[in-house]
Amino acid sequence: MRDVAIVAYAQSDCQGNAGAQNEVELIMPVLQEVYKQAGITNVQDVDFTCSGSCDYQQGAAFAFVSGVDALGAVPPIKESHVEMDAAWALYEAWLKIQTGQAESALLYGFGKSSPGELPIVLSQQLDPYYLAPLWVDSIAFAAMQARMMLEKGLITEADMAEVVARSRRNALANPHAQLKGEFSVEQLLAEPMYESPLRKHDCCPVSDGACAMVICTVEKAKEWGKPYAVIKGIDHRIETHHIGSRDLTRSVSTELAAEAVGVGNGPVDIAELYAPFSHQEIILKKALGLNNDTVVNASGGVLAGNLMMASGLSRIGEVAMRLIKGEGKRGVAHATSGPALQQNLVTVLEAQ
Amino acid sequence: MAQLAAVVGVGQTKYKTKRKDVSIAGLVREAAQNALDNAGLTWKDIDAVILGKAPDMFEGVIMPELYLTDALGCNGKPMLRVHTAGSVGGSTAIVAASYVQSGVFQRVLTVSFEKQSESNAMWALSNPQPFSPHLNAGAGGYFAPIIREYVRRSNAPYDAGIKVAVKDRLHGARNPLAHLQLPEITMKEVEDSPMLWEPLRFLEACPSSDGACAMVITNEELASQSPGTPAWIRGTAMRSEPTMYAGREQVNPQAGIDCAKDVYKQAGITDPRKDLDCAEVYVPFSWYEPMWLENLGFADVGKGWELTMSGATSLDENGDIPWNPSGGVLSSNPIGASGMIRFAEAAQQVRGQAGGHQVDGAKTALGHAYGGGAQFYSMWVVSSEKG
Amino acid sequence: MSAAAELLSQEFTLGYTYTRTTGPVVGEFLTALRDRKMRGIKGSDGRVLMPPMEYDPVDAAALSEFVDVADCGEVVSWTWVSQPRKAHPSDSAFAWALIKLDGADTAMLHWVDAGDESAMKTGMRVKARWANETKGFITDINGFVPEAVALVADYVESDAELEPISGIECPSYMTYNFTAGKATARYLAQLRNGKLVGQRCPNCANVYIPPRGSCAACGVPTEEEVELSNKATVESYTIVYIPIPNNPIKPPYVIANLVLDGANLSFLHLLSECDNNNVRIGMRVEAVWKPKEEWGYAMENIKYFKPIDEPDMPVEQIGKQKSGE
Repeated sequence: MRDVAIVAYAQSDCQGNAGAQNEVELIMPVLQEVYKQAGITNVQDVDFTCSGSCDYQQGAAFAFVSGVDALGAVPPIKESHVEMDAAWALYEAWLKIQTGQAESALLYGFGKSSPGELPIVLSQQLDPYYLAPLWVDSIAFAAMQARMMLEKGLITEADMAEVVARSRRNALANPHAQLKGEFSVEQLLAEPMYESPLRKHDCCPVSDGACAMVICTVEKAKEWGKPYAVIKGIDHRIETHHIGSRDLTRSVSTELAAEAVGVGNGPVDIAELYAPFSHQEIILKKALGLNNDTVVNASGGVLAGNLMMASGLSRIGEVAMRLIKGEGKRGVAHATSGPALQQNLVTVLEAQ
Repeated sequence: MAQLAAVVGVGQTKYKTKRKDVSIAGLVREAAQNALDNAGLTWKDIDAVILGKAPDMFEGVIMPELYLTDALGCNGKPMLRVHTAGSVGGSTAIVAASYVQSGVFQRVLTVSFEKQSESNAMWALSNPQPFSPHLNAGAGGYFAPIIREYVRRSNAPYDAGIKVAVKDRLHGARNPLAHLQLPEITMKEVEDSPMLWEPLRFLEACPSSDGACAMVITNEELASQSPGTPAWIRGTAMRSEPTMYAGREQVNPQAGIDCAKDVYKQAGITDPRKDLDCAEVYVPFSWYEPMWLENLGFADVGKGWELTMSGATSLDENGDIPWNPSGGVLSSNPIGASGMIRFAEAAQQVRGQAGGHQVDGAKTALGHAYGGGAQFYSMWVVSSEKG
Repeated sequence: MSAAAELLSQEFTLGYTYTRTTGPVVGEFLTALRDRKMRGIKGSDGRVLMPPMEYDPVDAAALSEFVDVADCGEVVSWTWVSQPRKAHPSDSAFAWALIKLDGADTAMLHWVDAGDESAMKTGMRVKARWANETKGFITDINGFVPEAVALVADYVESDAELEPISGIECPSYMTYNFTAGKATARYLAQLRNGKLVGQRCPNCANVYIPPRGSCAACGVPTEEEVELSNKATVESYTIVYIPIPNNPIKPPYVIANLVLDGANLSFLHLLSECDNNNVRIGMRVEAVWKPKEEWGYAMENIKYFKPIDEPDMPVEQIGKQKSGE
């Protein structure tokens, strides 16, 4: 595989409600920012563009079509779209670079989750005969998963609170974070239950926003003269949708992806994990084989702000930027989709 | 550089207004299983699945790849979901090809589908979102004015569209999977069918279908071991432009012109009418055949209708460049799959597996799809020769 | 003009009652539910999967061997929803639960009416509470209840000969609170005052109406506002012979791509007070507004456009004129 360089990454603030900013208005500023970082003028300077979004977030079909309006795609561009988190758009672009058909790519993910009732909206991604008609909200899956973990003695409520406390603390240094502050484990445990055994702070907030990234071959990055981090491996796996056939205390698909990209082949200095619920960070750490030497979710992670359809790409961008800044030599980024971590993507990155 | 990749298996469902006998999973599975059978493979042989479909609102299942994981034997494997509007079936095939061309995967399954009968494709999307453009007259309301402008510019005779409507239905009558089976259709019948969006008549528009299409794509080594003739992927291209901008050429969109040039260059095609043996082109409204004949370089600008009227694109008239021998979108239209059907039918032609609508001796074929406001394009050229 | 855009928000419902066909496996499960019975399916490894899957999760084989399963079993995990959402199956606090029915090897997800969270416990026994009227739908199970308090069935068994379930109706309606983008909000606020105001691209100087806050060609934000006239030119058109659902306009009617004077992009609107057979590309038209008291934040403030007595515009000039910069 060719090494692929991440040369630019930008994310908007995670806003609880972006109000009158439409998708184009959310996307444009992050595009301008990555163009600046990469030292390019516009979309015409990259070979391929790919985005991730979901029509149901805002309740309008063809969300990605209006996304194209933000690009300046005249003359026409080579462009594609996944109805998934933009981390999978990165995957598509990464393959494109592997084929030799592109040397560089622009990626972006965006969404406004605030207009709908997100946990209910996501119920409609479940089996359309057995589950969607019951309107099983997305929090329920995570809550039942957390209870299994607790009752099997794999985690404690204090472990979950520790994840949240660390997220809030780390988010203090992240200007884009939505939820931040100093909270003790005791303080958090004193909060009431939401969907038990989850407290509200165990669940990621609903956020509006966008992120963008520019990737290219290492040769191109050198030509552009920009600092970069390198994608050494990227893999993603999905598992059965039959919830009763899954061991919810593990993330088998993350384990498979981690194995495929060789997460365990070296020390991991930093990791950003897309864990929308506190206990899932613990599941994911284990699935990835990370130990306490790894700094996990230094950005605060998605518990501090969750840009649905952009958060996965954001995790990869966060790790890349930290590697570029010299915060570590080797990092891991993870993205997820579906109920209770049904689908997972794992990336191994290295500093230049 | 890109590895060689080839289509070694194609599977489709029968296309119908409503497939009452299957669930969504059952529909998708049927095409996928047919593709595996055609390739002489089993589920465990597949490394990854790439799924495409048009808006989730058609079936009301968000990100249906999650629910379809088990039907597609994907538990523990990579699954990707593409959505590029009407061109999605083609784009999905191209993304699937890149899985193999990259050298990362050896053998992948790609599937696309639409079960339009679960909703009403034309109006399910015209939801009352506030503050949005108020007027919705269906897809025809959008495309008919563009067709009118084509007719004005080209001075095409009024019945060029009627000719296409008849020709594609006669082609469809040779294809047992085609939704519309109208072997007796006549020019008069089309002309007498109700006007919907002038100048488009009922029989000049595509039907609404349930259906799915699937392909198995492998690398060079595995393709050479496959039971049938592989369809070697000689070129792939995609282009996008915004729906609306000042000065946009809507009759002959630049994105289509650029996309065609790109794919021809990769496949070594200099004269598409001469170098290609047939084409499966996304023609949902009759008039788009002459329009795309020009856009894709088969005819000079303003002359596409002459090719159509001459019978050059008709199998039944022994035309030199048959377009849509399968019957095309005018005969079957499960929207999310319609693009992939074009790509798969092109492959079947060069594999010699097109049955009753086989173009004699077809070696090289074009698959084409477009979507949105005629702004998203995907195309591939496949050949029985590696090149 | 005020610098701050008005915030325009409005609720809307996105929805459709989907008509699903079930196929044989889902159909058999739902048919059994209608008879107040549970049916699982044997997986490739012999495990009884519940609810029945069409395809095996491990080896992808098509499954067909049904197995009767009890309508009672054990809670494997659960969560307590103290404040149910509107869409939820229960109006009062309830539990979502993974329930392993007797005779099944996998847990199925449903809800439990336990009254109080203290009544819920992993490992507890629960029994299906069947709906008074069953129709072959997942909600034929009107939740599960703790086995200890489950009532003996008091419904009347129907002995009517019913067709097996092969299709179901799935209403899927969700409420969104939609907020218009800044450019749209500005545009609609002006429309409410009877003005047509577009935006000019700072880069290519083309004028867009309705404005979208960006020039799609240049990929840059647009801010400069340009007031446009009521007059427009027909760029193209179609005569529509089919009705628009939920719209009083009766076919045939003309929909035209109209370019307002001073604008460089067309929009679709109705054309009326004209002979449909005499509409032409290049024809000059003007807006016919509704009475002022009916104006709202909508393009419908303009009822339609009608022809005016001006010479047609040459086709090559339509939409090409740059307004004063």
